[in-house]
Amino acid sequence: MIDLLTHLKEMLSAAGLSGFESPIRKIVQEAWAPLTDELTVSKIGSLHGLKTGQGEQPRKRVMISAHMDAIGMMVTGIHDGLMRFTEIGGIDHRILPGQLVTVHGREDLPGVVVQPPAYLLPEGDSDGPVEMKYLLVDVGLRPDEVAQKVRVGDIISFAQEPLELTGDAIAGHTLDNRVSVAATTLCLEELKSREHHWDVWAVASAQEEETLGGALTSPFDIRPDIAIVIDVCFARGPGSSDWRSIPFGKGVGLGYGPNIHPALFQLFEDKAKELEIPYHRDVMPRMSGTDAMAIQVVAEGIPCMVLGIPLRYMHTPVETVSLKDIRRAGRLMAAVIADLAPDALEHIKWEE
Amino acid sequence: MTKTNNQPTGQAPGIGASQIELLEKLCNATAVSGDEHEVRQIVLEEIKEIADEVTVDALGNVLATKLGRGENRVRVMLAAHMDEIGFMIVNKHEDGLFEFERIGGIDERQLPGKSVLVGRESLPGVIGAKPIHMTTAAERNNKIETSALRIDLGPEIGDRVKPGDRATFATRFEVIGPSIRAKALDNRLGVATLIELLKHAPEQIDLLAAFTVQEEVGLRGARVAAYAFNPDMAIAVDATPAYDLPHWDDDDENDRYNTRLDAGPAVYVLDAATIPDRRLVNWLVETAQQAEIPCQLRQPGGGGTDAGAIHKVRSGIPSVSVSVPIRYAHTAVSLARLDDWTSTLKLLHTALGRVTPDLLAVERRD
Repeated sequence: MIDLLTHLKEMLSAAGLSGFESPIRKIVQEAWAPLTDELTVSKIGSLHGLKTGQGEQPRKRVMISAHMDAIGMMVTGIHDGLMRFTEIGGIDHRILPGQLVTVHGREDLPGVVVQPPAYLLPEGDSDGPVEMKYLLVDVGLRPDEVAQKVRVGDIISFAQEPLELTGDAIAGHTLDNRVSVAATTLCLEELKSREHHWDVWAVASAQEEETLGGALTSPFDIRPDIAIVIDVCFARGPGSSDWRSIPFGKGVGLGYGPNIHPALFQLFEDKAKELEIPYHRDVMPRMSGTDAMAIQVVAEGIPCMVLGIPLRYMHTPVETVSLKDIRRAGRLMAAVIADLAPDALEHIKWEE
Repeated sequence: MTKTNNQPTGQAPGIGASQIELLEKLCNATAVSGDEHEVRQIVLEEIKEIADEVTVDALGNVLATKLGRGENRVRVMLAAHMDEIGFMIVNKHEDGLFEFERIGGIDERQLPGKSVLVGRESLPGVIGAKPIHMTTAAERNNKIETSALRIDLGPEIGDRVKPGDRATFATRFEVIGPSIRAKALDNRLGVATLIELLKHAPEQIDLLAAFTVQEEVGLRGARVAAYAFNPDMAIAVDATPAYDLPHWDDDDENDRYNTRLDAGPAVYVLDAATIPDRRLVNWLVETAQQAEIPCQLRQPGGGGTDAGAIHKVRSGIPSVSVSVPIRYAHTAVSLARLDDWTSTLKLLHTALGRVTPDLLAVERRD
């Protein structure tokens, strides 16, 4: 039995920025090895795990996509032993001053993001947010040592240690989207003890935060009949209270909108009701902001479902999630997949 | 001006594994102004065997006396504040969310996305921020006000946290290369230094150690401590910002660095609260030169230390401040060099060993 918190914390301790996923991929590989029949790495760096179904050949294929890449930064220059940087993925510069980071130079260097005082910055609003291009990273080394250990293009990860809050909540960086990888692990574990007709392809996808490169390419290799995209969604909390957010820790989000095939939505909603798994309809009027945007349009098109784990403070180093929702997501995915009849695809149709 | 003398100065202190371990304990402890309990307990435990007399006064200051030997001992007060900047919970909202206020000078731009420890139980919480996806470009041009932020302790916090509880940044102490990375280096560096000085007190003076409270909210502890001790002279031992960062324009020079890392202890010549006694400034600088200890003059300017209160107590107390230069004071993560701390301790110990009544025999002069 996999201990969710241990598994999640292990993943959170690994770097793996978009385009630089190997540290996290190694950990997911180890976790999925006993749960899958075959593990491969795609040309772009996504991890593909195949769990063969018990149905007769040719079996239908369901793909789960959980992106494993993280947002972070990259060194753009070094001045007096301090580094300037740019972002990988979308980061609000206002959350950066005072953050613990690791600079992945010739060795991993612990550091901190620094907001210089106003008189070292261009004239302007001395009390306003400092633009990212003027922020610095300090690794506590003297300039000569920095010159030996760091160069332009080195990546920088967030280094905030995960914190356990009350009510099964966990806070940390990169919970987007390691929580979904964890939910996929739980799903694979549950499927070990259940029969399923379909082949299950679990994908820890690469580069979601920058290019959707993993999600655009893995379906081409796998050619799934349907895809379940699991990602984080907005939980209600400070600064996040409108229709885009669903309650925190009170059930998973079932995505509803143009990226999602309505028949798949129905399948998930029915199953959640049947199992009394709490859920919320998570409306996505234009796009889902997930791997589904890419997967949906690969080759001749793939029906997608988007499952969301509600998360507060997205893209900050203190993203917060309830472990309950991770477990619910894993359980719901496993139940839907196990109940896919050999001919289920015939019911995933328009105008039915 | 001071005579060099060769009086015994006790065993010379240094910074080794046990001093670093003590600093780690002090930095990781919570002592927001007005609730200095955790640091006070560590200090009391460390000094109970060393000092001749230890008291905790009405405000919570720890006052420790280490008497010297012989005649005409100068009564030297050393003050290091125990308190740190932080937060107080002021209002409870639904869903594990709490409104908070800042205590001490904290730039609110340093708050979003930080982890904190709340209350005497040190319960972990986070100060989140609105997801970037929900912000507009115009919104991102304005800082996030404290009033828009909450401390999130999780949905089942119940009554374990209530208005009035203090909170501090959750950053844990770490030695990185030649540096220390921690919260509250302002002023646990001073507290750790003062503990070492008590342990290695020169014998020709009476060392009056004040571990003070409420410095960050108005130098309150130092004022009453100085009254109680009634010393001949005083030194505030603190930490001061090193703004020795590059100018955004590489062609421009940073000439307002305040202090620099790797340049040794900073001796104050003028700040917003004190015009230090030049006899004491010169005594420190000459000691540094003669003993070949790195030392720098803090650029005259703003800020202040416990000396700001002490020098005006009773009929006036000759005072000066010495600080360890640190980067990023009053944020979640400050950074200091081990070498600067070592030099600070060495300078203070050497200088105290050279104090004689002659130092103050002449009138205050420039």
